[in-house]
Amino acid sequence: MDFDFLINNFVGLTVTGLALGAIYALVALGYTMVYGVLQLINFAHSEVFMYGTFAVAWVFVFFHGKQADTQGLGSALPLLAVSLVAAMLLSAAIALLLERVAYRPVLKRNAPRLMALISAIGASFVLAEVMGLRNRFAGWFGLDDDLDNYVAKARDVYSNPVTIQPEGLFSIGDYAVKDVDVLVLGAALLMMVALDQFVRRTRFGRGIRAVAQDPESAALMGVNSTRVVQVTFLIGGLMAGAAATLYMIKIGATRQNAGFILGVKAFTAAVLGGIGNLRGALLGGLLLGVMENYGSALFGSEWKDVVAFVLLILILLVRPSGLLGESLGKARA
Amino acid sequence: MTAPLTARDRLALQWVGMVERWNSLPRASRLLIVLLLALLFYALPLLRPPILTTQQTDFGGIMFSSAALALVAVGLNIVIGYAGLLDLGYIGFYLVGAYTTGVLTSEHWHWPFFLVLPVAIAVTMLSGVLLGAPTLRVRGDYLAIVTLGFGEIIRLIVTNVEWLGAARGIKDIPHPPTIGPDPKPPFGEGGLFTIPHLSWNGLIPSLDENRGTRFLVFGAADAIPYYWLILTVLILVLVADKLVKNSRVGRAWEATREDEDAAELMGVPTFRFKLLAFAMGAAVGGLSGALFASSQGGYINPLSFPLLLSILFVAAVIVGGAGNRWGAVLGGVLVAYLPERFREFADFRLLVFGLALMILPVYRPQGLLPPARTIRARVAEREIELLEGGEDTGPTDDGLDGPEGPDGFGRTNSTGKVG
Repeated sequence: MDFDFLINNFVGLTVTGLALGAIYALVALGYTMVYGVLQLINFAHSEVFMYGTFAVAWVFVFFHGKQADTQGLGSALPLLAVSLVAAMLLSAAIALLLERVAYRPVLKRNAPRLMALISAIGASFVLAEVMGLRNRFAGWFGLDDDLDNYVAKARDVYSNPVTIQPEGLFSIGDYAVKDVDVLVLGAALLMMVALDQFVRRTRFGRGIRAVAQDPESAALMGVNSTRVVQVTFLIGGLMAGAAATLYMIKIGATRQNAGFILGVKAFTAAVLGGIGNLRGALLGGLLLGVMENYGSALFGSEWKDVVAFVLLILILLVRPSGLLGESLGKARA
Repeated sequence: MTAPLTARDRLALQWVGMVERWNSLPRASRLLIVLLLALLFYALPLLRPPILTTQQTDFGGIMFSSAALALVAVGLNIVIGYAGLLDLGYIGFYLVGAYTTGVLTSEHWHWPFFLVLPVAIAVTMLSGVLLGAPTLRVRGDYLAIVTLGFGEIIRLIVTNVEWLGAARGIKDIPHPPTIGPDPKPPFGEGGLFTIPHLSWNGLIPSLDENRGTRFLVFGAADAIPYYWLILTVLILVLVADKLVKNSRVGRAWEATREDEDAAELMGVPTFRFKLLAFAMGAAVGGLSGALFASSQGGYINPLSFPLLLSILFVAAVIVGGAGNRWGAVLGGVLVAYLPERFREFADFRLLVFGLALMILPVYRPQGLLPPARTIRARVAEREIELLEGGEDTGPTDDGLDGPEGPDGFGRTNSTGKVG
């Protein structure tokens, strides 16, 4: 147990942990929204996120070319803005497709909830495999040479050619807080607040909460529940796209199975905060990110995930429905 | 009146009728048929029937992994199907069984295989109780993520703890003991006698001179003896499963699954029964893990137990039809067998598998072989609906819509919308 390391690097570990946690929280929103409305674990949400990361890398390859380069955050900002839009659009499109193809037909048949989970698992495989076989699909249309920069070595790590170099922005004690971490944390918080206000204050947000509370009565009161479910997936996708952009700023590389473990973490974050609860997702995500960092400082980075899951189990023992433990439906207007 | 029972309802009823007719056969003839069927399954890898047989990979090996996954699915079916607990970390128990075997027979001690088997089961059962005791108090989907976390924790522990072999894994796990003299390569084949395989020329079978299975040598060369071993274990587990399911315990599980609060009010100690289901499921998982560890390769490492495999286990149970032991067997076999059979698609097989998982819930929302009780309940519900007039059931496109479900999703509402 390396307490000295933890204490000496406390600020740094906290800040990077918060930034990582913010990404978890954004992905966790997708799980928590869908769970709040449908009471289903959206198993394929990790793939929605993964497509977003690829969108970011593709935008950079398209505008910048394949040659490796290192840029500061400032000079990369215009391209980052474009890729944010692209990632949010692609992720949202995938999420909507998911709802249409994998969920609606199953739910329409009043299938047991576990069956919807199977459909989602299937969709997750399909999405990951389509990405992993994209060179073959391009080959069918004879496009694999033209698209070589985008599809070659489909199963390997695919990096953003532009590495974003973090620079110190201001310092707390000895630690220089990096601009990248500030951007990630700030952007994630901004989006969270916007979503929270959307669900709490707008007319449509009220519809979402109504369906989460009691779908039957909501339908009787004139809420279009199909539309509500669609919008829920759309929001989850948009947030996952934003998370993907932030993830690519920090990590810089992705691959066709990159979503799985991050999805598991994000779902953990959602459960930690109380699934179905938007503020819970934020709290759970940040807590998870920070605790993981402390844990890997104390026990070594190979125990990072163990710390995360042990934390989850401990918290659920004390608070069996998560930290903030109220569902989407019970949120007050 | 709307249309009477749909074609699918009638088919389902026929199936139930068949099951009932089967149950009313004299005991002796039922036993005979079961024995013949079992014999057929034992002989399957020797017969190598065309179409079924995989050409590019060892058919005996595929049969082994299918039976192994069927065994896992039967164990997981106790947890998911009977007790209604969504366990996404079943791989953890599988791993505990495998590693107990590895540590006791190879890494640190050298116990004989058949002594280790019950120990592995006991250790796994204990781990099931240890995990279940604190976590089974959380309900539903929280349990899913907790078990998922457990599976990952166990895997990371064996990856990082040097005493358990860490990333290099455990090798030279001994095979089960051979019956007859030990093989002494290159000339002594060992075992008692050779059972020849068949080979097929179109539809004409002939004895294959070059291929045979020595009875009964557990070695690296031939997977068929392992298949026989695991098939025997599977049959024993199925018998035990039937006895437990039909006992007071099975009824308590069913009551707990359907309505926990009501069961508790009726005097069922739900927590204790959930824990029992967890422990029994874990025991079967540990058993199959132990068999896996000592199978052909005799080698395990943390990479043999990815979390994704856990998801496949769940898929096997639900695809087959949660709650029906034969459904679990079928699901396990399909999930193991289909990707291997269609190796021609090689790279596309996971994609196709995913598509199959997406299509299945639409056409068989209850799984391939739902429990007979579910079918009967569904048909009864429809009959009641028809008696009540049935006009308000709307366009029953597929005959599967029960009475208005508690969710009511997917029905659009034409009167208005929000936003």
